[in-house]
Amino acid sequence: MSEYLILRHRAIPGLERLPVYLEHQGFAAFKKAVMELPPAQVIQMVKDSGLRGRGGAGFPTGLKWSFLPNDLWPHYVVANADESEPGTFKDREIMESNPFQFLEGLMIAAYAVQANVAYIYIRGEYWHIARWLDQKIAELEQAGLLGERLFGTDYSLRIYTHLGAGAYICGEETALLESLEGKLGQPRLRPPFPATAGLYNRPTVVNNVETLANVPLIVLNGPAWYHNYGTDKSPGTKVFSLSGCVNRPGNYELPFGVTFRELIFEHGGGVPEGRTLKAVMTAGASSVLIPMDESVLDTPMDYESLNKFGGSLGSASVIVLDDSVNMAWLTQKTVNFFKHESCGKCTPCREGTYWMNRLAERIVRGKAGLREVELLYQVARQMQGKCLCALGEFSTLAVVSSIDRFRADFEAVVTKEPIYG
Amino acid sequence: MNTLRAKYADEIQAILAKYPPEHKRSAVMPLLYLAQREAGYVTVQAMAEIAEILEISITDVASIVGFYTLYYDQPHGRYHIQVCTDLPCALRGAEDFLKALCQALGVEVGQVTPDGLFVIEEVKCIGACHRAPVFQVQGDGEIVFHENQTLETALAVIEALRQKAQQEKEGTA
Ligand SMILES: Cc1cc2nc3c(=O)[nH]c(=O)nc-3n(C[C@H](O)[C@H](O)[C@H](O)COP(=O)(O)O)c2cc1C
Ligand code: SF4
Ligand code: FES
Repeated sequence: MSEYLILRHRAIPGLERLPVYLEHQGFAAFKKAVMELPPAQVIQMVKDSGLRGRGGAGFPTGLKWSFLPNDLWPHYVVANADESEPGTFKDREIMESNPFQFLEGLMIAAYAVQANVAYIYIRGEYWHIARWLDQKIAELEQAGLLGERLFGTDYSLRIYTHLGAGAYICGEETALLESLEGKLGQPRLRPPFPATAGLYNRPTVVNNVETLANVPLIVLNGPAWYHNYGTDKSPGTKVFSLSGCVNRPGNYELPFGVTFRELIFEHGGGVPEGRTLKAVMTAGASSVLIPMDESVLDTPMDYESLNKFGGSLGSASVIVLDDSVNMAWLTQKTVNFFKHESCGKCTPCREGTYWMNRLAERIVRGKAGLREVELLYQVARQMQGKCLCALGEFSTLAVVSSIDRFRADFEAVVTKEPIYG
Repeated sequence: MNTLRAKYADEIQAILAKYPPEHKRSAVMPLLYLAQREAGYVTVQAMAEIAEILEISITDVASIVGFYTLYYDQPHGRYHIQVCTDLPCALRGAEDFLKALCQALGVEVGQVTPDGLFVIEEVKCIGACHRAPVFQVQGDGEIVFHENQTLETALAVIEALRQKAQQEKEGTA
């Protein structure tokens, strides 16, 4: 890709330093918003841009901001930097290498909903990034870009980082808010949604890091400009985290609508050692397996096109699987992850992930037969639609799709070759 | 006496200042990190002190420690060598890497080395899948990533930590 909107540091060396960021129109958008634009107009710009949330669900960002009621205060904005989906490492690169663009986006979001305090909830493993952002925030305060009565107006803003401590579920926005309140990270029943009853029961916007990093450019260049990138319904670019059986794993920023073929072969250099592509997961471990053939390879990657495979783009964490991968093994890996990460609040997920994990382990150890494969399938099917939050549903996706689409792999392990002896 | 409060008055003030005064419970996670940095794990006394600072029950604090995997309530080896074997890393050889590392150190996953310094753990994705094999070292109040590892580089990292600990013991650090 010749043009970066988000990973701009790859084209502009030193962008992680404030003077360099300022030289490249840094904080011009925030300053313009605070000094010239009424909050409602900022929200309208983001609505018109068509920006959709990059945290997984693709929800329209401007619309989300417009939901906050104006008769209940204070409002809060929380950046979701929990990034824990297996195969996802994009927010990390943004925060490490283009931190000010993310912070500016967060600041514009806060101004748009008139929040005076914003938090960044960062996964505990990104401890070094939290410290790094703390330094950046201090620099902004010193430079008068953050703090009280900004640019001579009435608007004040503070940003604080808050470290998680190793719980994938805290990426789910209501669990994240519970965690930020000092409680167990367990999802809340919805409604009410965070927009009306979020942090401390106050109206709250929760947005992903990458989503926020888009905002400065939209405010600076206008919503029409943003539609130059991507597709009609999914405008802009996306940072794809490419991992697994691929020669050049890494982050790739590409316009929505790029095909699997372009991402995996042109950018990722194809699968290693002349093996053949077997399947792809597009939303990390929370994905259905999409079997790959020549025609599927030309599918555009956006929020709509993957529906026909029962899949979704999610966080665009693309895990590539070649013909050396046995899908029974893969299933065991994913259910083990979800069993580990289930928060235990609701029974179908707590019990279901436990049993799926036990069954899958017995299967890959050669201690089970086709009956257990069938049982595993049934447990997953029974969980579907019954869990309190999406994690429960996510845990079933690889199970059901791999048994449906790669049954031979399961037959091979139970009748011939166990994977772990 | 509240030793945490006595020893870290300023740092605790700075933590509390991040949250509205009527919601100071929000400070429980950063305070637990502070306590863990102090003792290597969260002691029962530290939980009581944090409960006192935040005006919540000790049970509330203990349940937080139990829920989140990065907190420890037992002494457990000074450095946690946490190898990611989650799916994307496993596709790039992480399981073999873990096995080789355990063999070289003569321990099983979860077992502390005889010198009490290291424990090898298996963890889920840490956001470095494109640089597998990877591990993080949790210890001394920090978490440090080590990416694109081989057995040799990993052993060198461990040896450097061992020497650091040795020098501290001899008072030459
Ligand atoms: C189990 C689970 C884990 C999630 N993890 C994350 C995450 O790590 N980062 C993130 O931004 N969103 C995550 N989400 C989505 C959030 O709930 C929320 O939709 C998102 O932060 C909204 O931001 P966006 O509109 O900018 O995408 C997760 C959702 C679920 C159900
Ligand atoms: S579905 Fe799983 S993670 Fe979600 S609330 Fe229920 S137990 Fe917790
Ligand atoms: S799977 Fe190991 S770091 Fe992501």
